Amino acid sequence: MATTHTRAAARLTLAPSVILLLAWMAIPLAMTLYFSTLRYNLLMPGMESYVGVENYGWFLTDPAFKAAIVNTLTLVLGVLAITLIGGTALALLLDQPMWGQGIVRLLVIAPFFVMPTVSALVWKNMLMHPVNGLFAWIAQSLGMEPVDWFAELPLFSIIVIVAWGWLPFATLIILTALQSLDSEQREAAEMDGAGPVSVFAYITLPHLARALTVVVLIETIFLLSVFAEILVTTNGGPGTATTNLAFLIYAQALLQYDIGGASAGGVIAVILANIVAVFLIRMVGKNLES
Amino acid sequence: MGAIALQGVKKSFGGVAVIPGVDLEIENGEFVVFVGPSGCGKSTLLRLIAGLEDASGGMIRINGKDATALPPARRGLAMVFQSYALYPHMSVYRNIAFPLKMAGVDKAEIDRKVRGAAATLNLTDYLDRRPGQLSGGQRQRVAIGRAIVREPAAFLFDEPLSNLDAALRVSMRLEISELHQKLGATMVYVTHDQVEAMTMADKIVVLNRGAIEQVGSPLELYRSPANLFVAAFIGSPKMNLIEGAAAAAHGANTIGVRPEHLTLSREAGDWKGVVTIAEHLGSDTFLHVEGEGVGAVTARVSGEFGAGPGDTVHMTPEAGRVYRFGADGKAMA
Repeated sequence: MATTHTRAAARLTLAPSVILLLAWMAIPLAMTLYFSTLRYNLLMPGMESYVGVENYGWFLTDPAFKAAIVNTLTLVLGVLAITLIGGTALALLLDQPMWGQGIVRLLVIAPFFVMPTVSALVWKNMLMHPVNGLFAWIAQSLGMEPVDWFAELPLFSIIVIVAWGWLPFATLIILTALQSLDSEQREAAEMDGAGPVSVFAYITLPHLARALTVVVLIETIFLLSVFAEILVTTNGGPGTATTNLAFLIYAQALLQYDIGGASAGGVIAVILANIVAVFLIRMVGKNLES
Repeated sequence: MGAIALQGVKKSFGGVAVIPGVDLEIENGEFVVFVGPSGCGKSTLLRLIAGLEDASGGMIRINGKDATALPPARRGLAMVFQSYALYPHMSVYRNIAFPLKMAGVDKAEIDRKVRGAAATLNLTDYLDRRPGQLSGGQRQRVAIGRAIVREPAAFLFDEPLSNLDAALRVSMRLEISELHQKLGATMVYVTHDQVEAMTMADKIVVLNRGAIEQVGSPLELYRSPANLFVAAFIGSPKMNLIEGAAAAAHGANTIGVRPEHLTLSREAGDWKGVVTIAEHLGSDTFLHVEGEGVGAVTARVSGEFGAGPGDTVHMTPEAGRVYRFGADGKAMA
């Protein structure tokens, strides 16, 4: 009948995109899984041999792996903390009526449009450079020793650079949530004797809970795979001080030419990301329900 | 204790005088209703009393003390908002407890008061629910509960019933009136619905364009409206306002006759007319009549009146129930 026809037609027209998506995801995953079981070094072409799970053993026992996990988590949590707190503060400020509100808001959003490599290079050469950088100049003008950011505080510097890029995103989401807060609620709380701090704690913050979880979810997905900022600034160093999981896999594949080990790392990264995703979805699901 | 006095209170928004200057006395225990068409400044006046808007001039006294510059929390007033403004993430219990918690009242005392208020308002079974799980009438009661636990000097209501359906509105109207009887507290109530004003108020304040047109008890306003605006605003169906020769016959520029003060007859009367529409309600019959020399007139007849469109009727205004207005719109003695 008509519905079966429609259904068949729907399946037929949907098929190309579904097949494309599946191929896009399944083929690389299958190839990664396959490569992860091979001894496959780019310096020795044609010498590939099956080694089972040996690559996984090597990758997991690599001391750099533990450091990379710690760095990845520090990076994600550090950037989340800065963007959530800073984003809420900025959104509260931008929500105040002021002259030139439109332009100010546009300017605040601007960093989000700067690509990560460019922003990282600007930070590296113009702001954090120990000789030519703005921060060094400020420190010197105040009679202090300039900080060599990438040597002394490498991971912190990366966190600052990444957070700078993500702050506008958090601000924007939180600002829109703030604007949807019913002004009568705030007035009712005021009449009930709540001061500005209480209004924020009891009215504004609970209202922002959903927006904040959305920010956490989206940022976490992207922050687990930060790469460009590390590549153009510290190259994962000094030592493994700024090597996260994504950068470690890159180093394994393209600096040590070990495709097998890198593939195993990739599979491990996928598993870890999924574990994080399960936790996040549970948390978000709870928060988005009511 | 809750006497409020306004002396020359002004409010302007960016050069536009919304309230050009209002003087008003609200006595302790009174139920005062601000009524007027939308945009007449009645909500602004309430927000001025609440302290949610700062007065541009004049003085607000609460219990004899100058409160013009006090922040809303320190005026000792409680407000029920049109949207109820319940805190959506808190349970009913925590909503009602919120003002007490902010005032630093101890837990046992809060619990006693919240349960007391819940019992008064039939909310005891809903204390653990969130506002989103309540019906409109229940939300309304939670908003009132949040107001009564503070034992305020006066309650302010900003069109609290306008989001409810007609049946619920009638029952909530009664509940609020009963609450007023029980608590004996001062209440200031804003509405655009003259039926609410007439049924609930001890004193009605009719506002138009930010100025007070008349203050008085419901029946005073009904019996002796001070001007055309009040005459047309109070009463349902609206008073018939007639100009021209019929008015001149009474020595006025305009005369007003309420639909219920017209006597209808098929044989003879002062004004002859043709029925255009007849609304039969059973208890009453509303006749819309196109009168000769008096224009469109509404008449209300008690009980059933067998007249349909096209029928000719004669109308006679009751003696002593004809309101006369001069050229300036004010009532003539």
